[in-house]
Amino acid sequence: MKTLKVFGSLVKDAFLEVTHGSKSYHIWMAVLSFIMLFGMYNYSIQLEEGLSATGMTDRVSWGLYISNFTFLVGVAAAAVMLVLPAYVLKNIDFKQAVLIGEGLAVSALLMCLAFVVADMGGPARLWHMIPIIGVFNFPNSMLAWDVIVLNGYLFINITIPLYILIMRYQGKTPNPKIYIPGVFISVFWAVGIHMVTAFLYQGLQARPFWNNALLGPRFLASAFAAGPALIIIVLAIIRKFTAFKVPDNTIKKISMIVTVAAQINLIMLISELFKEFYAPTHHSISAVYLFFGIGDKTALLPWIWTSISLNVFATVALTFHKVRSNLKLLYVLCGMLFVAIWIEKGFGLIVPGFIPGPWGKIAEYTPSLVEISVTLGIWAMGAFIFTVLAKTGIAIELGQLVYKKKK
Amino acid sequence: MSETNKKWYSLNLNQSKKSDSCGCGNNEGSCSEEKPKDGFDQIMDVSMSRRSAFKKITAGLVIGAGAVSTACSVVSGDESKEKSGIEWDEYFKGNYKLMTDEDKNKTVDRLTRSYELRTGKNLSMSSKDAEEDVLFGYAFNISKCQGYMDCVNACVEENNQDRSTEMQYIRIHEMEDGKGFNFEESDDNYYHEVPAENHFYMGTQCFHCDNPPCVEVCPVQATWKEKDGIVVIDYDWCIGCRYCMAACPYDGRRFNWKTPEVPEQEVNKKQHYLGNRLRKKGVMEKCTFCIQRTREGQNPACVEACPTGSRTFGNLLDPKSNIRWILENKKVFRLKEDLGTEPKFWYYMD
Ligand code: SF4
Ligand code: SF4
Repeated sequence: MKTLKVFGSLVKDAFLEVTHGSKSYHIWMAVLSFIMLFGMYNYSIQLEEGLSATGMTDRVSWGLYISNFTFLVGVAAAAVMLVLPAYVLKNIDFKQAVLIGEGLAVSALLMCLAFVVADMGGPARLWHMIPIIGVFNFPNSMLAWDVIVLNGYLFINITIPLYILIMRYQGKTPNPKIYIPGVFISVFWAVGIHMVTAFLYQGLQARPFWNNALLGPRFLASAFAAGPALIIIVLAIIRKFTAFKVPDNTIKKISMIVTVAAQINLIMLISELFKEFYAPTHHSISAVYLFFGIGDKTALLPWIWTSISLNVFATVALTFHKVRSNLKLLYVLCGMLFVAIWIEKGFGLIVPGFIPGPWGKIAEYTPSLVEISVTLGIWAMGAFIFTVLAKTGIAIELGQLVYKKKK
Repeated sequence: MSETNKKWYSLNLNQSKKSDSCGCGNNEGSCSEEKPKDGFDQIMDVSMSRRSAFKKITAGLVIGAGAVSTACSVVSGDESKEKSGIEWDEYFKGNYKLMTDEDKNKTVDRLTRSYELRTGKNLSMSSKDAEEDVLFGYAFNISKCQGYMDCVNACVEENNQDRSTEMQYIRIHEMEDGKGFNFEESDDNYYHEVPAENHFYMGTQCFHCDNPPCVEVCPVQATWKEKDGIVVIDYDWCIGCRYCMAACPYDGRRFNWKTPEVPEQEVNKKQHYLGNRLRKKGVMEKCTFCIQRTREGQNPACVEACPTGSRTFGNLLDPKSNIRWILENKKVFRLKEDLGTEPKFWYYMD
């Protein structure tokens, strides 16, 4: 009963907190709301017309939505991996990063779910997937696994920070005996959501481009580069605009993680390229299409080469300690890495899986405006949710938001 | 299917084949669990009432709000009341695969009635199950096919495919002589007079794999293999995720990207629930070996329409069938056999 009351008051206070802020904060939120509304309007068009409003066809049947979904699963998982050093190694200065990381994980997961729903042909029939009232093809379908692990992960990542924040809100210290086991579970779970999402593609013998044992590990490596890179950027912004203190040291430690992950990712990329191009087989056509184009079908070329150059440049630069310690440079490099991996793990992974088609047909895919607008809307939604979560979290951590017992 | 009545060479991947006939995994003796139960009993061991409870809870929610308000309204006429009642029941019905015979009949009645309410025309819809000792297979004679595409047109008409996007289940690949089976360079979308000189033709469609990857991946079991080997889709259970499409190595599946359009006078009114009944937007569909015809003992429309006799369809378990004769006497092969999907669709040459 009491917890409920505390929770109620927290929600109220949080509401007050997020509706008040500086001018730039209000502008930021207004812009996000506008993009969200625009996305929603476009989604209503898609609902009305069906998925023909998107650029997808029978030949390339997954596109922008599933690409973003795949990428964001990575971000969600990586954000939480920062939790481990923070709570277990008693490395105090990671703690703030963790709160931000978990907030990021929650928003990324909600975006993932939104992308999946946007991609469905019959969103109204989604209840068929709910266990017990629907029919769940478990354990055969990897998508069924994915639904379970993603929702479980979301649950864990909401409860842990909520517990910590509620305790702080009341001015108590959270009990490590309660949250540390949760933290451990969430770290293993993070690896799980990754592998399951990779298996979703890896398990299809019909698509040689995906049916590749390196897919899962590469997912992990690239996510551990992109996720923490995003956290560094977010921390930099928070440092600038709020009273929240993030020591340089924290950012430098995270940049270490980014660097190592990016290096491993690059090695795996080389290994893949070697296999595809040293002894090309019939199954290398997708890779040829992706990197060089086939005939006049070259839609992905600008994307993938942007991605590769950004990736290589950022990784090499990050390797040098001097460059990495220059914070300004670091932010730019993290931004480059993030974009590079977004292209590579999204577009660069999903679309070539369908090209060539099962009978060798090369049919290109270009997302439609409706599709792009919905995608932007979902990204805005993610940013919106994250801002709300982070603002509340920071206010509580800073002690600006405390529970007042009513007489 | 047990190994003994397997009628073709198969890739031995040491996979234990699941038995089709008995869900309990007990192949010796008879199968005890024969009483047809609701699927939710079979799968989750809970009674149907859970979904009815869900139905009631959702009653207040947006999705059904319109339907309910019409159903309870005093002003609207009986017909529109009946219509929304049907919509309501259709929305909450279960997966066809797991329905009792009674439920199957009910949904078929609802669908035919709703068509009548909408258009004033009657149609006949069957829910006939697979027959015993039947396993359908298909053979295609590459030497005979001339690329006339009569099969494609017959298929579109028979199966009520969307006319506006020209959806076709069958693709005919035109290949150049001397290049072998070169699908990459073949043309599956030609508009010239056939047979073109120095070319040969090869048709593909859903191969009704015996080990279908599309079925494994479906998150809601909206697609499955029937006992007579036909891989079907429950159009009302499919949520449109298109995972099955990504999993099919043979380009066998088609998706309704928009609401399919079939002019009323062209609708084939002889339908099967799992076959050619009218689809809606956002669901998957594909060749069903013309289930509405073949379960009545007829040939599929493509076989009947083919002027050259390249297409043979029949029961693989019947030793006297034409298809068995072809499998035993011709040098047959299947496509992408290395994937272990075991298509029930063979090619051969004279
Ligand atoms: S051909 Fe494709 S759609 Fe047909 S059964 Fe095989 S995998 Fe499924
Ligand atoms: S599109 Fe339909 S049939 Fe195919 S996997 Fe998804 S729910 Fe199943």
